[in-house]
Amino acid sequence: METDRGDRHFDTIIIGCGMAGLAAGIRLAMYDRKVLILEKHSIPGGLNSFYSIAGRKFDVGLHAVTNVVPPGHKGTPLPSLLRQLRIPRDAFDLNPQRSSRIAFPGADLRFTNSFGLLEEEVDRQFPGQIEAFRRFRKRILEASPGEGTGVSSRGILAESLPDPLLREMLLCPIMYYGASTAHDIDFSLFVTLWKSVFEEGFGRPLAGIRTIIRALLDRYREVGGTRRMKCGVRRILVDEGIACGVELEDGEELTADRIISTAGEPETRILCGAGEEDPAVQENIGRLAFAETISILSRQPEELGIKDTIVFFNDSPLFHYEQAASDIDLRSGVICCPNNYAYPEGTSLDEGILRVTTIASYENWTAYSQPDYEEAKERWFSRMVESALNFLPGVDPELIRSSTVFRDMFTPRTVRKYTGRLGGAIYGAGRKSPDGTTGVENLFLAGTDQGLLGIVGAMFSGVTIANRHVLMAGRK
Amino acid sequence: MTKEECKQVVLDIIAEIAPDEDLSNISPDVRLRDQLDLDSMDFLDIVMELRKQYGIEVPEEDYPQLASLDSCAEYLTPKFKEVSA
Repeated sequence: METDRGDRHFDTIIIGCGMAGLAAGIRLAMYDRKVLILEKHSIPGGLNSFYSIAGRKFDVGLHAVTNVVPPGHKGTPLPSLLRQLRIPRDAFDLNPQRSSRIAFPGADLRFTNSFGLLEEEVDRQFPGQIEAFRRFRKRILEASPGEGTGVSSRGILAESLPDPLLREMLLCPIMYYGASTAHDIDFSLFVTLWKSVFEEGFGRPLAGIRTIIRALLDRYREVGGTRRMKCGVRRILVDEGIACGVELEDGEELTADRIISTAGEPETRILCGAGEEDPAVQENIGRLAFAETISILSRQPEELGIKDTIVFFNDSPLFHYEQAASDIDLRSGVICCPNNYAYPEGTSLDEGILRVTTIASYENWTAYSQPDYEEAKERWFSRMVESALNFLPGVDPELIRSSTVFRDMFTPRTVRKYTGRLGGAIYGAGRKSPDGTTGVENLFLAGTDQGLLGIVGAMFSGVTIANRHVLMAGRK
Repeated sequence: MTKEECKQVVLDIIAEIAPDEDLSNISPDVRLRDQLDLDSMDFLDIVMELRKQYGIEVPEEDYPQLASLDSCAEYLTPKFKEVSA
């Protein structure tokens, strides 16, 4: 049953049918809580969703599922998450990456889901640095949960690794896969991201993010959870500092003992009555927004010379990761080739896909009139692909152009429109709420702004918040 | 319910929560955590399943009582008697 309009009271209402909302919903429904997920958009997935154009389905967000450890490898987030949701690992169809790279001028670090390759690459390309690198890794692996909160990663890197280029290169994938802050990242988040990217690794379902969303939806339905799609929340009802329900965009009111919001921290503040211009809202809006080009190729990328799964690139020895000063910041970015995962023998994606992600200016992209916006997308598409191809040696740009049969592009404007994220900030607020509390009683944050990152992280966040603030808190 | 039956109930719950664990050689007097890969979230699920399947409430301060099969039996057997009474 997808809807339950007859009854207006719930144990828990969850705002947002993305990874975190679905995972939280599964946990609560599993233990017989009457739970309702409300989603503004018509398609589930939130920041990790999909869309269709001209018969093709495109993933939003997903380059790689991080935290992908081999089956049987326990004590890390992915197996723990699957247990909590009681979803078999096969349901997510996670195929490991082939090989990824960090590409800077004059240095190129390859890595796979086995840490050994990165270590060899550092040893080979940064003579004299390997002992310091090993000590730095040990420090990360031995960090206790939450250690390094409020501490600059650049500071710790500077005291740990003498070679500045190596420091900048290691920051590049970490920042691109989860930093909501420019230039530097909280060391506790660095530790989490390091493990999810370098120690655990990348994987992807053959059919993309839909496989994971489908597994979550099936499980949620199986345990009796309900949801309403195309059902936006106008405001969260707060009575003397206590959240007690929601008012929907159509005016209907629903009540709940607890509310879990995955809308984001400043976005949730607005739902509680703050204005968008409120300083408390403004100061925590994420300032990093992204654009992405998607090129559909008539041939498998490998035949065109593209062998990597993901390439994190930067055009100078100093890594640029900051708010874009123009429409697009071409100096750094990420190339993703979803074809280049180790899918089972005899299976592959029908068409070649090349995706290029860069930092983009939210202000610029939202200020354009519709015709100017379309024109700017057209213009920047080619420039983004061209700048990325500089980091794919041996790949002929002309051949890529002539093999491109379809293209699409999303910008910070698209992100705002479909996810409601202020500033188009896919990694959310600058300041996270690790315990999920909001200052409003019975209202909790899950997802990106709780501070766990990536697809596995978002689901884990939903589980953690549902456990701590609902299941362990007992019934009202 | 006897203590042995009570241990079996706990083992059945663990089998449900963690289907990938080998439960064939569990020593009843050794901490479950030392024999199996169970984290605090898994222990929460043991508590949640006890409530869902048997109506038994285990308050958070009593979670340490569930450390081993023996301690589970010691702690839970009287609770099973209460709910069936």
